[in-house]
Amino acid sequence: MLTHLQRLEAESIQIMREVVAECEHPVMLYSVGKDSAVMLHLAVKAFYPSKPPFPLLHVDTTWKFKEMIEFRDVMVKKLGLDLIVHINPQGIEKGINPFTHGSAVHTDIWKTEGLKQALDKYDFDVAFGGARRDEEKSRAKERIFSIRSAQHRWDPKLQRPELWRLYNTRKNKGESIRVFPLSNWTELDIWQYIYLNNIPIVPLYFAKERPVVERDGTLIMVDDDRLPMQKGEVPMMKKVRFRTLGCYPLTGAIESEANSLTAIIQEMLLARTSERQGRLIDHDSAGSMEKKKQEGYF
Amino acid sequence: MAHVSDLIAEDIELYLKTHENKSLLRFITCGSVDDGKSTLIGRLLYESKMLFEDQLAQLEVDSKKVGTQAGDLDFALLVDGLAAEREQGITIDVAYRFFSTDKRKFIVADTPGHEQYTRNMITGASTADVAIILIDARRGVLTQTRRHSYLVSLIGIRHVVLAINKLDMVGYSEEIYTKIDTEYRDFAREIGLQNIVTIPMSALKGDNITELSANTAWYRGETLMGYLENIQVEDETVGAGVFRMPVQWVNRPNLDFRGYSGIVVRGSIKPGDPIRVLPSGKESRVTRIVTGDGDLPQAISGQSITLTLADEIDISRGDVLATPDSLPGVADQFEATIVWMSDEPMLPGRPYLMKIGTKTVTANISTLKYKVNVNTLEHVAVTKLELNEIGICNLNSDQLIAFDPYKEDRDTGGFIMIDRLTNNTVGAGMLHFALRRSQNIHWQAININKQAHAAIKGQKPFVLWFTGLSGSGKSTIANLVEKKLYSLGKHTYLLDGDNVRHGLNKDLGFTDADRVENIRRIAEVAKLMVDAGQIVLVSFISPFHSERRMARELVEQGEFFEIFVDTPIHVAEERDPKGLYKKMRRGELKNFTGIDSPYEAPEDAEIRIDTTNLTPEQAVEKIVSYLMSVDALN
Repeated sequence: MLTHLQRLEAESIQIMREVVAECEHPVMLYSVGKDSAVMLHLAVKAFYPSKPPFPLLHVDTTWKFKEMIEFRDVMVKKLGLDLIVHINPQGIEKGINPFTHGSAVHTDIWKTEGLKQALDKYDFDVAFGGARRDEEKSRAKERIFSIRSAQHRWDPKLQRPELWRLYNTRKNKGESIRVFPLSNWTELDIWQYIYLNNIPIVPLYFAKERPVVERDGTLIMVDDDRLPMQKGEVPMMKKVRFRTLGCYPLTGAIESEANSLTAIIQEMLLARTSERQGRLIDHDSAGSMEKKKQEGYF
Repeated sequence: MAHVSDLIAEDIELYLKTHENKSLLRFITCGSVDDGKSTLIGRLLYESKMLFEDQLAQLEVDSKKVGTQAGDLDFALLVDGLAAEREQGITIDVAYRFFSTDKRKFIVADTPGHEQYTRNMITGASTADVAIILIDARRGVLTQTRRHSYLVSLIGIRHVVLAINKLDMVGYSEEIYTKIDTEYRDFAREIGLQNIVTIPMSALKGDNITELSANTAWYRGETLMGYLENIQVEDETVGAGVFRMPVQWVNRPNLDFRGYSGIVVRGSIKPGDPIRVLPSGKESRVTRIVTGDGDLPQAISGQSITLTLADEIDISRGDVLATPDSLPGVADQFEATIVWMSDEPMLPGRPYLMKIGTKTVTANISTLKYKVNVNTLEHVAVTKLELNEIGICNLNSDQLIAFDPYKEDRDTGGFIMIDRLTNNTVGAGMLHFALRRSQNIHWQAININKQAHAAIKGQKPFVLWFTGLSGSGKSTIANLVEKKLYSLGKHTYLLDGDNVRHGLNKDLGFTDADRVENIRRIAEVAKLMVDAGQIVLVSFISPFHSERRMARELVEQGEFFEIFVDTPIHVAEERDPKGLYKKMRRGELKNFTGIDSPYEAPEDAEIRIDTTNLTPEQAVEKIVSYLMSVDALN
């Protein structure tokens, strides 16, 4: 009998193969985080001995942790895959940043708009994403194959029924599909799978002395000199790690001693706050993730 | 997320070791709006300690603000997902929830209880191993309970929990529990449900969820969580000597490797095992089971693998690999149950895409035998299937399909139907068996073929398909075009809507279903005539995209020209050559195209004739010069 992780793995692989067999121009969104790491690992497995027959796309915001970018480039080189990095030129032109524009505008321009631009520019009809249904309430209702309009909008009322292992990959002109092969994985599944398969992850997940400042009860890492210091604020060295990774000024660190995978999992299991808590974008307003998704956010 | 196990703190590696070997159970909860479904799921999440401190804090705040439990924790709030739902207090769609205990990981399909129920429940149930049917102890077995149970049996769930809930509201009465249990089992026997376990509970108060309750001291069974953790649902088909793997993708990294990737949906396979490819019937032997973790000595149901074979035989996506001593059937005509999931009704004769396993074919319903009233289980004669209706029908596909009856195998017997215009999933189906005639009818090999028929007439055969409203001028123009072609020495035939309705189609009326069948027959007649080398002019209102497209696809590319006779309805009504609009306005005609029956104007017609701008003679000239320009008249 298969274990739960074996069943999840087989399901994710079946989903990826279905896309490759039926769709013209797929791409895999690669955000460099732990879910992306698992998704990438599964993609390599799914098509072995062939290489994954699609490129990776990283929608960069120019505000990612330096270590994420280094890790990304090492992984792509090691696996011999094609990587497309897209940076929204409007974001550069207007100098969008979370401090003067706020996290909502920052996320909208760099991530939501940047993603839409990249999908349109390269004419991708299907994009794999690493979202999980256990992350957030509105995700729990999204299909594995999620149709987006030509404007990339998600309409929760117009979702297709998804039965058995049968996925409808057909779409109308201009529409695209977001596919979530990790839909049925939980955070614990992800960590356990990383542990069992020795999947490399960005070192930021492990505790280390890092320069941080404390703002509204959240520890923000001073990853470079673009982080404006508030009056009287001095970066302090603390042993911290990250539970999720995004733009460094918007990602809260936690104080931790966990410097191995087992220690991370142990800490997570004993922890008392849920994963997205460390991600500041969810807290803007109630139902904010649902709203972002309707606008085209992954 | 405190998995209560002390192991986490003491020996995390040992903890992970035990959790590596957890199995997975998928289940669905069924109940109507007030049976306490959301409360039950919320309770399971709470009891399995899957809630984080911030979620609990939020729950406490929400319970006070919008809760229905007078300030106590309202577990239902944990699972009401979308903003619209929070406002309306209902769940709209299928949502999936996750929790795990030390023994198992669980995926719960949570479906709403209102009128969209059939579609959502079938969707959620299609991947479930166990169904929990909730009953409000105060109300007993209701129509909805019967409906849910019928759907559970239809989708083939083999293990059922009858959860008699809200027992706290009836004083934990054993008598009420026993009465409901007996009544339910009598009904369940009728519809063939087996393996039923009944549990008395209160999801709200937590009775018999994770711990046996002192309130029901008379109950000798296990708790709900105990049942869910221990029930054995191992794929009953594993190792039964029957192997099935639909080929998903042909893996060809280089000239030296050719593998067939797919998920094993049934049975097991080892290198050396013989294998047959269906529908082609070719045989070979497995040489390797390739995975990203290295070759496997054996693969079992549920694994995604890549097989290499000893012989170079032609295999492509959509084929099924099977053990030669226990083969799936191969057919193109079937009896099936169809659950309709679209606002647009299912019309017999209309072509849909059918996806089964990894194969997609075009299929239509040849006979809709009856629908099943899901509340009474009565059989009702119908001409079409509406949203959420369930029908038993005969089905034709345009290609041979390797299949097993659904009750033996969900993966090789279940299919979805896709609308060819909207690309939406509009139905789900379960194959029963192949119709005998599909094995008996063989196409006659014909020596005098279309080319021969056409050559002797010295022309290229094709169809001119005139579509437009009643009174738009179709027949007038078609008549003139035929005269013109005749004068050019062409062999033509004009099929006119009114004339055909007097003969071949006199059994058909004007409902949507009959209109579809009307066009299907005409399209088939036109096809035969093209095969006979004839130029066919078809003058029919033909109001729907789908049927015009079907007619187009029956003949070869370049043999079909659609002519949209575009006349605004008020102009057609003014002309009213047959007095039909007047009749309709007097209320003597129903289902009148353009008035109370839709006309879907063509978007991709080869020729559009605007009759407010062109005389019939000018229209003929436009059509003939178009035909010249595409070389159809040489």
